[in-house]
Amino acid sequence: MPIVLDARIPAGPIEQKWDRCRFEMKLVNPANRRKHTVLIIGSGLAGAAAAATLGEQGYHVQCFSYHDTPRRAHSIAAQGGINAAKNYRNDGDSVFRLFYDTVKGGDFRAREANSYRLAQVSVDIIDQCVAQGVPFARDYGGLLETRSFGGVQVERTFYARGQTGQQLLLGAYQALERQIAAGTVTMHPRTEMLDLVVVDGKARGIVTRNLQTGAIQSHVGDVVVLATGGYSNVFYLSTNAKASNCTAIWRAHRRGALFGNPCFTQIHPTCIPQAGEYQSKLTLMSESLRNDGRIWVPKQKGDTRKPNDIPDSERDYYLEHRYPSFGNLVPRDVASRNAKEVSDEGRGVGPGGHGVYLDFRSAIDRLGIDVVRDRYGNLFEIYERITGDDAYRVPMRIYPAPHYTMGGLWVDYHLMSTIPGLFVGGEANFSDQGANRLGASALMQGLSDGYFILPATVPDYLAKAELSHVDTSHRAFRDAEEEIHQRTRALLHIDGERTVDSFHRELGRLMWDNCGMARSDASLRRALAKIPELRDEFHKNVRVLGTEEELNQSLEKAGRVADFLELGELMCTDALHRTESCGGHFRIESQTPDGEAKRDDTKFCYVAAWEWTGPGQAPALHQEPLTFEHVHLAQRSYK
Amino acid sequence: MKLALKIWRQKNTSEAGRFVSYQVDGVTPDMSFLEMLDVLNEQLIEGREQPVAFEHDCREGICGSCGFLINGVPHGPRRHTTVCQLHMRFFKDGDSLTLEPWRAAAFPIVRDLVVDRSAFDRIIQAGGYITAPTGSAPDANAILVGKEAADTAFDAAACIGCGACVAACPNAAAMLFTAAKLTHLNALPQGQPERDERTLNMVAAMRSEAFGSCSNHGECEAVCPKGIPLEFIAGLNRDFVRAAFRPRRDALVVHGAPLHPAHEDA
Repeated sequence: MPIVLDARIPAGPIEQKWDRCRFEMKLVNPANRRKHTVLIIGSGLAGAAAAATLGEQGYHVQCFSYHDTPRRAHSIAAQGGINAAKNYRNDGDSVFRLFYDTVKGGDFRAREANSYRLAQVSVDIIDQCVAQGVPFARDYGGLLETRSFGGVQVERTFYARGQTGQQLLLGAYQALERQIAAGTVTMHPRTEMLDLVVVDGKARGIVTRNLQTGAIQSHVGDVVVLATGGYSNVFYLSTNAKASNCTAIWRAHRRGALFGNPCFTQIHPTCIPQAGEYQSKLTLMSESLRNDGRIWVPKQKGDTRKPNDIPDSERDYYLEHRYPSFGNLVPRDVASRNAKEVSDEGRGVGPGGHGVYLDFRSAIDRLGIDVVRDRYGNLFEIYERITGDDAYRVPMRIYPAPHYTMGGLWVDYHLMSTIPGLFVGGEANFSDQGANRLGASALMQGLSDGYFILPATVPDYLAKAELSHVDTSHRAFRDAEEEIHQRTRALLHIDGERTVDSFHRELGRLMWDNCGMARSDASLRRALAKIPELRDEFHKNVRVLGTEEELNQSLEKAGRVADFLELGELMCTDALHRTESCGGHFRIESQTPDGEAKRDDTKFCYVAAWEWTGPGQAPALHQEPLTFEHVHLAQRSYK
Repeated sequence: MKLALKIWRQKNTSEAGRFVSYQVDGVTPDMSFLEMLDVLNEQLIEGREQPVAFEHDCREGICGSCGFLINGVPHGPRRHTTVCQLHMRFFKDGDSLTLEPWRAAAFPIVRDLVVDRSAFDRIIQAGGYITAPTGSAPDANAILVGKEAADTAFDAAACIGCGACVAACPNAAAMLFTAAKLTHLNALPQGQPERDERTLNMVAAMRSEAFGSCSNHGECEAVCPKGIPLEFIAGLNRDFVRAAFRPRRDALVVHGAPLHPAHEDA
């Protein structure tokens, strides 16, 4: 059956689309809501907010998390803040401006209607979070503080010190715990979704593994919501938490959900570089450091002198001279690419030459050490804790790291995937962010989807869907359980020579070198040749000890890495087909004479949605054309 | 550098555990403590021995997953530092380290260094929230929050729920955890309507779990990676007394353990 990608964007002026959509949606009578079971996978911002809200409405919600408690989800690590078009500053902000910034920042690869709705809902999110007791920054009059973020010209970012994600997640977690106590939500901690079950073409349940006992269990629902985050850990080293993985969305993809723009990944320019082979993750340093820090590398290749011994005349402040008007404040993708370029030339600093200096000497001379301490003290402390270096005296070393994935499962305006009854929220969907996400917009999208969009669109589906009675004795559930048992036993049975981590590291290296900050036809073809070889070796030579029926962290990792080994190939396939550069996707062959990303709007103004066609087979490409009526297509320039 | 480790190994909650000694080589000062354990685990797998299970996720000191005792101290020797942010440069070649899970009746051991902290979730369920159903909120700036209240609420809300406070307490009390959440919510104007019920219910929930009582040792504050101060416990006690003795229209319904002995009808 051919797949028709109907984004279900409501008719009418962009300002009225969401209101019209809400009015046209069917409702479920309060007395009937408890008869519907909603399965929600993930308890981060999108998942916890959706579970709490649908529970409040009276639905019977089952929420699943592989953590010991829902409060651990990786949304917690977001530092900077959350955007909202409140215009409390009276500085010219509006819903339309936030929408405009989002579409342009996403380099014209986002759906206008979705981005507009995101900007619209942003104002309600702040109200909701404040009512819950989220301790946002306040001024002395008791009003909310905001700051500017990510190069936009208005101050629309609300924040809670450097721990905004933590505070927003705790707000959603507490709302969720309240519903658990009320009996509307049943929480399943330490439970990992390993497959999606589709019956008569509709998502009707999931199969999970209890991580403590190993028990494989089926769960039936009327609708399934995935809110399982992004897949940056395909690179092994990223700013994501160690357990963040693609298994839930990948298994749904294999069951028929199309995957949108898998190659759109965001590389964050200011992370602490890798110190050695044993490195397990990368730590982000707030982008705000670039406001006063100057980025440089030695002019000479292989200069091993200590940074303070290198005189100014022998330093290359490369961003300042290449981009005189934006200097050290160029956007994330530009800063990242330039750091890679100078490192690849052999001028990188630190172990392995993967790093550039971020120097505060002139800021300290200009402002005094106390002002610098006041502005960045906590960040200097984090840096010192990890590296042992005092950044007041020696320059920091930084390097880009994978941070966020704009790609994800394709969803329509209702956030429903190509499988009826399977909804996807937050970073797990292909998102409202286009090819590049602006700072402080991830938290906004997670909460918009969780508190406001899904609780409106999921009931509409439930009201309209004609669902037959299904229980776990249905063959589709039995088959899925059996497949999981077989997969698990196969992994335990291999008893090869290499650990799971060694494969994950190798895949990460491959992806980073060939499908990272800059991609070329040759590099992508290289990766596409090597990934299947690595995958074959994994299934022949991995060593997973222990049994199925116990807490077995190696087994958990093995299942996740097996899925990353398939997703990596799809990312490269997508990156190879998109011969333009846009946002975080930079194809070496497609750049302007000044080395900037060059889009090709005549050929690539669409969402690439990939269909799984079977193991080892080429995926099929479907296109959703994008049209821009309000924000006109233009080339970005930061010179 | 080289380390001698003594690690608690326990297959599951019901089986008995024991210490097992390991040598780990090739440790470098830039490694985090958990990366050192990753290296050990790779060595164990090579030798066909099951790796040590330990909880971790963000490795940035914010998710609260990680934590175990290093030579008897939760999260190890460095103040205000979770074990994932503790680096090996604070140890010396040849050091002997004993690693064991949180020891508290309320936190049953799941495996090796992993414990079950779901008792914390149940305390939150008893009242650790502000009732604000989605969609019902007034404009965010309609609620003024004075700077002092906002800062106090934030200081308390910084708790990551790791459980170090319980592990450090000679009585395995959960007072610092409970006090942190109560201080956060009770300090804010939005938290006032439910203040008394919240306080009484959370304290009752805490008592109904296997936590001990507070006897002001202050060990919890000393090991808290987020620097939650002991004075919040004083605030909890004050709010508890206020709630328990305030005259009210109707008898308070407290979930879990009864606050006062029930009437004994003949």
